[in-house]
Amino acid sequence: MNDMSQGYTTADGRKIGGTLMEMKNITLRFGGVVAIKDISFDIREGEIRAIIGPNGAGKSSMLNVISGFYIPTEGEVWFRGERRPQMKPYQVAQQGIARTFQNIALFKGMSTLDNIMTGRMTMMKTGMAAQALWWGRAQREEDEHREKVEKIIDFLEIQHIRKTPVGRLPYGLQKRVELGRALAAEPKLLLLDEPMAGMNVEEKEDMSRFILDVNDEFGTTIALIEHDMGVVMDLSDRVVVMDYGKKIGDGTPDEVRNNQDVIDAYLGVSHD
Amino acid sequence: MPDQILYAMEVMINGLMAGVLYALVALGFVLIFKASGIFNYAQGVLALFAALTLVGLQQGQIPFSHLINAVFGTDVHHFGWELPAIVAIVLTIGVMVLLAIVIERFILKYLVNQEPIILFMATIGLAYFMEGFGDIMWGSDIKTLDVGLPQGASAWVEDNTAWLGGEGFYGFFIDKLDMVAAVVAAVLVISLTLFSQYSKQGRALRAVADDHQAALSVGISLRFIWVLVWSIAGFVALVAGIMWGAKSGVQFSLSLIALKALPVLMLGGFTSIPGAIVGGLIIGVGEKLFEFTIGPMVGGATENWFAYVLALLFLVFRPQGLFGEKIIERV
Repeated sequence: MNDMSQGYTTADGRKIGGTLMEMKNITLRFGGVVAIKDISFDIREGEIRAIIGPNGAGKSSMLNVISGFYIPTEGEVWFRGERRPQMKPYQVAQQGIARTFQNIALFKGMSTLDNIMTGRMTMMKTGMAAQALWWGRAQREEDEHREKVEKIIDFLEIQHIRKTPVGRLPYGLQKRVELGRALAAEPKLLLLDEPMAGMNVEEKEDMSRFILDVNDEFGTTIALIEHDMGVVMDLSDRVVVMDYGKKIGDGTPDEVRNNQDVIDAYLGVSHD
Repeated sequence: MPDQILYAMEVMINGLMAGVLYALVALGFVLIFKASGIFNYAQGVLALFAALTLVGLQQGQIPFSHLINAVFGTDVHHFGWELPAIVAIVLTIGVMVLLAIVIERFILKYLVNQEPIILFMATIGLAYFMEGFGDIMWGSDIKTLDVGLPQGASAWVEDNTAWLGGEGFYGFFIDKLDMVAAVVAAVLVISLTLFSQYSKQGRALRAVADDHQAALSVGISLRFIWVLVWSIAGFVALVAGIMWGAKSGVQFSLSLIALKALPVLMLGGFTSIPGAIVGGLIIGVGEKLFEFTIGPMVGGATENWFAYVLALLFLVFRPQGLFGEKIIERV
């Protein structure tokens, strides 16, 4: 973890690039409660970066800061070499940061196809007036987006549920549709909030495979939060460990695994 | 054909036409409710305000003239010009869009993520404010609205239906204005459906209606969508205002038609555009037929309560309405 300013090469030979996002001294307070305390870390282009920690460690809060749902009390967020001004979540999305949610936030009344189509919202150019006046052009644009969406549907192996309202799908498939919607935005950074929460072993394996494939085939940078230590260690290139809002470890899975603070946090050794 | 049946048919047709107007008002409710979960109590007042503005602009009335005269001791009322109907309509649409922006900017923006009941209360406040504001702006006298829509019984319909009955039957009596209203409502519903199903903004609108958080995460601006949906609701209110205004003059009671939209919504379901239309038609026909058949037996005036009793029955047996989304909960 010493000199990585120019990127590094992973054990399996993937090239990891320069810094994509950097969190500098982030602190987040809700009234008197400190959810995140002075945390800094970076996310590099092309890597799978995990944020782990016990319940209530502040992982989700951190993800919400990255995606603009929370505004940090202190600290700076740098994205693609520029300091990010205070932004609304939809503006963050327009910058190319897509996300999924811990408790699935899909449009339940809409079909799988329509759900994933909304993921392309930020890429659609034709405005409302133009759409009304040049129906043909809007239609052509719609078709192009549709094609991309069909590719994602194939990729995630959900062709059979294209027209099904997602509210009717089982949990594991809903998670997959949500991933599809995030992918549809062709994000520069993909945030996954507990992508495997509540899944059975088989579903977890599927999801892990998709995450690795997304990273591999599209070169998408991924930051994910996960509870399940085993899964995280297999998936990620580097891991940030949080506990009680503080960063207690940062490094490759092996480094983290052998970090005494991390072991203590997970085994529940008292803090004194 | 026996006269009784012919009369019943005429009553039914007139009921359909009245139903179209109910449906137009209900449509405005459904649009806002779908997109934001807000039950917009002010929809009726929006229709009144739109109609007042249209008449005022068309006749070249000076807005706030009473206020101006009272403060400055002047005596101004009119600009002295009259606008063609189409220009006045376009300008009124502009005013309604502006109103949508103001409502978002000064009310909704501060109430994001509040309980529905709070948003509902806010629209009650808005309704009374708009009512008073419309009064100050355009005066409270009853105005006639004339945008050149055909009025009076359609001679064509009368001529072509006279053969149905015997001597003394002169054909169905149907107001041309009602026929126009039916066509306008049909066009409006078709274009709104196309818009919401096949356009980017339509999809965004449905997305926002479904889940705010998810909508934000795919890059949809809630504020833009709200302005959009209130603008569309304002436009629908204008159409309803024109139709009702042309029929019975622009006056305060116009805002009360909103109350008739309530049973329509309970029948059709709060979230369904076709539901608003079908609900409106059922109420329109139902209350006219009921008045025609049962009315004389119970002393008449059943139109005042029939719709509400029907809605009550629906609430008991099918609370989601005819077309409403069935409430499915995972347990």
